[in-house]
Amino acid sequence: MLIVLAIVLGVVSIVGAYFAVHSHKLTVAIMATGLVSMVAAVLFLLLAAPDVAMTEASIGSALTTAIFFFTLNKIRQTNG
Amino acid sequence: MTTGFALTIIGLYGLLSQKNMIKIILGFTIFTTGINIIMVAIGYVRNGIAPILDAEGKEQLSNGATIVDPLPQALVLTSIVIGLGVTALMLAYVMKLYQDKKSLNINDYKDLKW
Amino acid sequence: MGKKTLIALLMVAMAVVLFPLYKSYQGNEELTKLGQYYADNGVNDTGASNLVTSVVVTYRGLDTLGEVTILFLAASVISFFLSFKKEDRNTNRNIRNITEILTTSVKVLVPIIYMFGIYIFVNGHLTPGGGFQGGAVIASGTLLMFLSNPDFKLNHKIIHTVESISGIAFVAIGVLGILLAGGFLDNRITGLGTAGTLFSAGAIPLIYIFLGMKVGAELSNVLGIFVESQNEIVKIPAYENNKSIREEK
Repeated sequence: MLIVLAIVLGVVSIVGAYFAVHSHKLTVAIMATGLVSMVAAVLFLLLAAPDVAMTEASIGSALTTAIFFFTLNKIRQTNG
Repeated sequence: MTTGFALTIIGLYGLLSQKNMIKIILGFTIFTTGINIIMVAIGYVRNGIAPILDAEGKEQLSNGATIVDPLPQALVLTSIVIGLGVTALMLAYVMKLYQDKKSLNINDYKDLKW
Repeated sequence: MGKKTLIALLMVAMAVVLFPLYKSYQGNEELTKLGQYYADNGVNDTGASNLVTSVVVTYRGLDTLGEVTILFLAASVISFFLSFKKEDRNTNRNIRNITEILTTSVKVLVPIIYMFGIYIFVNGHLTPGGGFQGGAVIASGTLLMFLSNPDFKLNHKIIHTVESISGIAFVAIGVLGILLAGGFLDNRITGLGTAGTLFSAGAIPLIYIFLGMKVGAELSNVLGIFVESQNEIVKIPAYENNKSIREEK
């Protein structure tokens, strides 16, 4: 049962990484990176590491995505 | 484990072949995430329990289960926080460079090429 | 095309380097010798129930010191780079609308988030958690306050004071370890209590409290610099019972 869950999550993260590299809009790419981080946090939990899962979920999903969006906003603002 | 390898290779490909600077930084993030998954997966013992030994952990330990290795987890903890710091630094550089030349294409910054 | 073949060659080289690791991974059935030592003697040596905490703070304490240095360096370089001048504060400013759900729910959620973060790093040696996780949760709480309140500016003096004092206290506890017990960053300077209670494991709770405060203050500072570098007007819609529209800055 857990092995099936791990395989499904692996496929989801690989598809997300492919979208992050090959899409034309920057917003979609940033959200795909956040999705990959969140799936990695669940994978850490399946590998019996609760400390690492907590750290990756809070830092990788929330703070990294927020910093990327702040930069994008500043760039689009300066361009007019 | 396979997921970690595939993420690493896709992240490295995206890092080397994109031209938009923000996508290069996204490639860095996916690459480091893949390597962290590989490192935690090395220390995994089959049917192991989490390395926290409070009262019910000790009784599971005396029943014959083993814990997973706690050393790679400590190293990955450090690595995730440093990855965030380096990403924030790179984005600060991108903001300043964009203010100077108004372009996000990395081929326009040719000042250091011979 | 020279560039594309070079990229393909690098990818194949990386796959070839990683392939033996993939082949020899069968999911080991037993721990290595070092892991077995940690499992047997970890709780008795340090008195902490959480083995990852005892590895990060006691057995590998110097790595944590190096990581704190790197975070400090990154935060100071970012604050040096992103200081925008006053003259591009008067050209076209954007207007952002805040919804009412956000402003109301933030007033309830933020104290709970801060208390949860402090709980995580005070109980680092008993449950999963510790200094870094607690600091990240505190930084998320600060991010929520930035997004919903246009008036919220960080008091830079308080943040710099907290960060510096936490860093100095961390090194001072380490030096106390040399004077009173075995070596640098040893945690037998106070007595080890019984494992499983709050006041146990020597100096580990003290170290984690200072580490959590330092990481939380640093990440909040980095977020504050990113927010202040965008000059924008924020418009709060009119409440029915307040009847006021405010335009800031």
